[in-house]
Amino acid sequence: MPPLLQLDQVTIRFGGLTAVSAVDLQMGDRELVGLIGPNGAGKTTVFNLVTGVYQPTSGSIAFGGRPTEKMKPHQLVALGIARTFQNIRLFGSMTVFDNVRTAVQLHRTHGIVNALWRGRAFRNGEQAVTDQVMGLLEIFDLGKFRDAPARSLPYGKQRRLEIVRALATKPKLLLLDEPAAGMNPTEKADLRKLIAFIKEKFQIAVLLVEHDMQVVMGICERIAVLDYGVKIAEGTPEQVRSNPKVIEAYLGEEPPRHA
Amino acid sequence: MHSGAKRWLLAAIAVSITVSLFSAHFNRYYLGVAIDIGINIILAVSLNLINGHAGQFSLGHAGFMAVGGYTAAKLSLILQGQVPPWAQPAVFCVALMLGGLMAAITGLAVGVPTLRLRGDYLAIVTLGFGEIIRVYFQTTETFGAATGLIGIPHWTDFAWAWSLAAVTVFVVASLVNSTYGRGFIAVHDDEVAAGATGINPVRYKVTAFVIGAFFAGIAGGLYAHHKSFLSPTGFDFMKSIDIVVMVILGGMGRTAGVIIAAVLLTILPEALRGFADYRMIIYSLLIIILMIVRPQGLFAFGKTKES
Repeated sequence: MPPLLQLDQVTIRFGGLTAVSAVDLQMGDRELVGLIGPNGAGKTTVFNLVTGVYQPTSGSIAFGGRPTEKMKPHQLVALGIARTFQNIRLFGSMTVFDNVRTAVQLHRTHGIVNALWRGRAFRNGEQAVTDQVMGLLEIFDLGKFRDAPARSLPYGKQRRLEIVRALATKPKLLLLDEPAAGMNPTEKADLRKLIAFIKEKFQIAVLLVEHDMQVVMGICERIAVLDYGVKIAEGTPEQVRSNPKVIEAYLGEEPPRHA
Repeated sequence: MHSGAKRWLLAAIAVSITVSLFSAHFNRYYLGVAIDIGINIILAVSLNLINGHAGQFSLGHAGFMAVGGYTAAKLSLILQGQVPPWAQPAVFCVALMLGGLMAAITGLAVGVPTLRLRGDYLAIVTLGFGEIIRVYFQTTETFGAATGLIGIPHWTDFAWAWSLAAVTVFVVASLVNSTYGRGFIAVHDDEVAAGATGINPVRYKVTAFVIGAFFAGIAGGLYAHHKSFLSPTGFDFMKSIDIVVMVILGGMGRTAGVIIAAVLLTILPEALRGFADYRMIIYSLLIIILMIVRPQGLFAFGKTKES
C-alpha cells in the first residue's frame, strides 16, 4: 500500500530564491508528524505545496499513491487534505455555524437545483447538514456559540473553530500551521490535548508546523527539521533534540572551548 | 431557513396578476413608474448576487441588460405579425427567456476569463465590456444602429414586471440561504480559505456572474417591451452606475435593503421632476448625503444577514 503522503525531491524556486530544496517526506495513516525549523526555513511553503497553493518547480507529491502536484486546493480538499492557516482565516462575516456549514457542503448531495426547488430532498439534505455541523460543534464545545459571528470569538476559540471547519471536510490528513501561535500557556496545554484527541477520535494523520518546542516535542511521534529549505534531520523527538545539526540551526554553531 | 419561501413566491405572483387586472383604472404615469420599479428590483437584486453576496465588483450590468433587451425585442419584432393575439404571452415569454439566456451566455464568455482577476481589475474589465456591447448595438444595422429599435410590442405590464421581480428575489434569496449558497459568501469573505474548505472559487464566481447576467437580460427584455423603444444610449455606463448605487445604498449583500433602495431610487428622480434642470444635482446630493450618514448601506441593520 502506498504511504498516505509522499514528497519526493520536492523543490520550489521563486525567482532566484530556492525556498524548498529537494525535500523528501513520508507520512503513514494516523501518524502525527511535526515539521519544525527556524523562521523562514520553508515550513509554510511545504504546507502550501502539499495543499496545492503552490506547484513545485521539480519533484513529486503523492497522496495515497496519487500524484497531486498539479491539483488545485479545492480538489485536494476533496481528496482528503484539510488545513488551517498561520493567521486564522475564518469567514468573518458568517456565524460559527455557517463557517462549518460551508465546509460540510463538500459532501452534500443536494445542489443548486434543490436549493431553488426547495422540495423534500433539499429539506432532508439541509437537515443532515445541520445535524452534522451541530455534532461537530458540540464535540469541540462550540455549540453555544453557533449564532455568534465568527470574528467575535476569543482568539483560542477562533483557532478551534478553524480546526473544526477543517475537520468538517472529512480529511484523512490534517495540516495545522502554527496552531499555538499567539496562545497563552493554558491555551497551549489545551491545544496539545486537543490535537491528541482529534487524532484518536477522527483516526486521521496530522502534520504540524510549530515554533513552540513544548507543543511539538510533547505530542509528535516523528519530527522533521527544515533549515534554509533543506531537510537537515528527521527522527523521534529525542533523536532530533540531540542532533548537533538541529542545535546549530537553532542556536548557531557551538563556540570553541577555551582551555 | 424560510421554509415557506415557495408559498411567498406564489402569493407575490398572484398579487401582481390581480393588481394587473385592474391596471386600466390606474393613472398611466404611475403605472409606468410601478413597472420601472419592478424592472429595477430585478436589476438591483441580480447585481447584488454578484457585487454583494459573491463580492465581485461588476460595472457591466447595463451591458447584460442590453443583450437581453435587444435579443428579446428583435424576436418579438420578427414574430409579432405572424402569431395570433392569444399566442402573444407565449411569444413574450420565449423572447424574455431567450434574452436572459443570451445575456447568461455573454456573462459566461466574459466571466470565465475575467473572474480570475480581483477587485478593481474586474471592475475595469466589466466596464470596458459594457461599452463594447453598447458600441456593438450602436453600429449594427440589424439592431437599428444609432437610431435603435422602434415599434417593439407593448407587452410588459404590471403582472409581468412584478412576477418576474418576485421570481428574481426568490431565486437569489433561496440560493444564498442554502448550504450551496454559503459558498458565495465564503468566496466573498476569503477566497483562499474558501478553497481550503473545498469550494472552487472560480466556479462560484462564474455561477454568480451567469445567474446575475441572466436576470439582467430578463430585465432588459421587460424594459424593451415597456418603453417599446430601445436606443443604445440607454445602456451606457451611467445605467450600470445607477444599478450599482442601488446595491450600495441598500447595503451590499442585503436583499431586502437592495429592494427598498431600488424602489426609492426609481421614485426619487420622478418625484424631483418639479425641479427640472436641477433634478440630477439634487439626486446626486441626496446620494452623497445618504452615503455619508449611512456608509454601511441605508437598510443594513445589525444582523439582517441571517439565514
